[in-house]
Amino acid sequence: MKRTTKQRLVRLALYALFVVLLVALYFAADWPTIRQNFWNPGGVALSGGNWGDMITIGVKNTLIYTAIAFGGGLLVGLVAALMRLSPVAPYRWLATIYVEFFRGLPVLVVLLFMAFGIPIAFQWTPPGGIVGAGLIGLVIVAGAYMAETIRAGIQAVPKGQTEAARSLGMGAGSTTVRVVLPQAIRIVVPPLTNEFVLLLKDTSLLFIIGVQFDERELTTVARDLTTTGPSAGTSTSLIQAALLYLVITIPLTQLVAWLERRQRRASR
Amino acid sequence: MTAAPQPRTDVPAIQVRALHKYFGKNEVLKGIDFNVDQAEVVCVIGPSGSGKSTLLRCVNRLEEPTSGEILVEGIDICDPEVDLDGVRSRIGMVFQQFNLFPHLNVMKNLTLAQRTVKGRSKDEAVEIARRNLDKVGLAGKESAYPAHLSGGQQQRVAIARALSMDPDMMLFDECTSALDPELVGDVLAVMKDLASEGMTMMVVTHEMGFAREVGNKVVFMDGGVVVEEGLPDAVLGEPQHERTKAFLSKVL
Repeated sequence: MKRTTKQRLVRLALYALFVVLLVALYFAADWPTIRQNFWNPGGVALSGGNWGDMITIGVKNTLIYTAIAFGGGLLVGLVAALMRLSPVAPYRWLATIYVEFFRGLPVLVVLLFMAFGIPIAFQWTPPGGIVGAGLIGLVIVAGAYMAETIRAGIQAVPKGQTEAARSLGMGAGSTTVRVVLPQAIRIVVPPLTNEFVLLLKDTSLLFIIGVQFDERELTTVARDLTTTGPSAGTSTSLIQAALLYLVITIPLTQLVAWLERRQRRASR
Repeated sequence: MTAAPQPRTDVPAIQVRALHKYFGKNEVLKGIDFNVDQAEVVCVIGPSGSGKSTLLRCVNRLEEPTSGEILVEGIDICDPEVDLDGVRSRIGMVFQQFNLFPHLNVMKNLTLAQRTVKGRSKDEAVEIARRNLDKVGLAGKESAYPAHLSGGQQQRVAIARALSMDPDMMLFDECTSALDPELVGDVLAVMKDLASEGMTMMVVTHEMGFAREVGNKVVFMDGGVVVEEGLPDAVLGEPQHERTKAFLSKVL
């Protein structure tokens, strides 16, 4: 047998195996049960049913919380990144301790500490209640991760750029603001978009500190709809939440991929 | 507090005294003494690793001298009280890798420091930028971005950027070494024009032809010391030292 003929036969066999497996799966599966548990038609009508609360409360709050945590984290991260690159040693130490400490902890521990540990210890009512405490926790953690991303971005700007600016007589401050940061921002947009996606998923951790009613983010809404409402007793609402998360995250990860491709082209 | 010392025109533009520079334990400059007079063109030549670029970068303190003295227009640039940004704004520098700001177009590259350092109005900065772009033969490239220019064009923009600060002197750090051979001539022509206008220039270069034709003085460095200096024809034509002869026999 010729080599190409043999290769073709092997490939054909692999395709055939795939089809056989698919057909077997189709007949082996208990479709009524799957449908009953994961996609209960009673509760998935587009008008009313689960979608209403999931979108007007869940998705809305998830996006708002993500935006707040991202904006706050960006600010904290930028300050921490500049501190890590500071010529003044104590600033560097402080920023390094902050970054290493909060990158080394599970987000959940930080959230519980902010929502219960500190308020109980100091009789402190966080601004915005329990959600505010949770968001502060997310900002602190996100800031630690973004500090590292931003620091790497700043250091990726060639040293010659700073030298050129300084040799023209520009001071350290205006060199950073007018020359280094604008270039660093272009470098960090893709990794920061990834950070945004991670943060969006991390807002689901707010579920654990007990956000309620109109403050619920998407996961909490979906969890509540597994016990109440038209699809109670099934996982339908979790499947719906998963779809809604994907509708937001997949375009963003595709955007990152596109930005990275464009950057590679531009740097050639 | 005494008033900041003013730049003087009655002393050499650059005076270097007993300059030493270490990178860690590695001594790169081992006691350098030399002057660049006003309106003089000094070409510094030598093998790579001889310390010539480090010397040039010490003159505007991009490198911190370990010991020794550097006076620019009579001002000690290592004095902790010195207005370093002010001194730097009077020294134009051109780099091997151009170092244009890639996120800004040509016009903004030329006006940024004029506006932030010299505090010039936008109109004034633009007018000065246009004049200097014209001078380097790149009028009409105002809105181009560096990535869309050839290496030779980028380097001429870099020269125009430095000139837009109205510097009293210019430092050139192997500014044609990263260029394709056919683009070197354009850049050298601009530098030659500058020299003929009486600009004080310190040029670290491998272009022996340029050193001979345009230089008033050639300094040969090797192993962190000035081995030989003098008129271009003397140093390049009748070198006195073995090391100079050995170097020139390789490059000429």
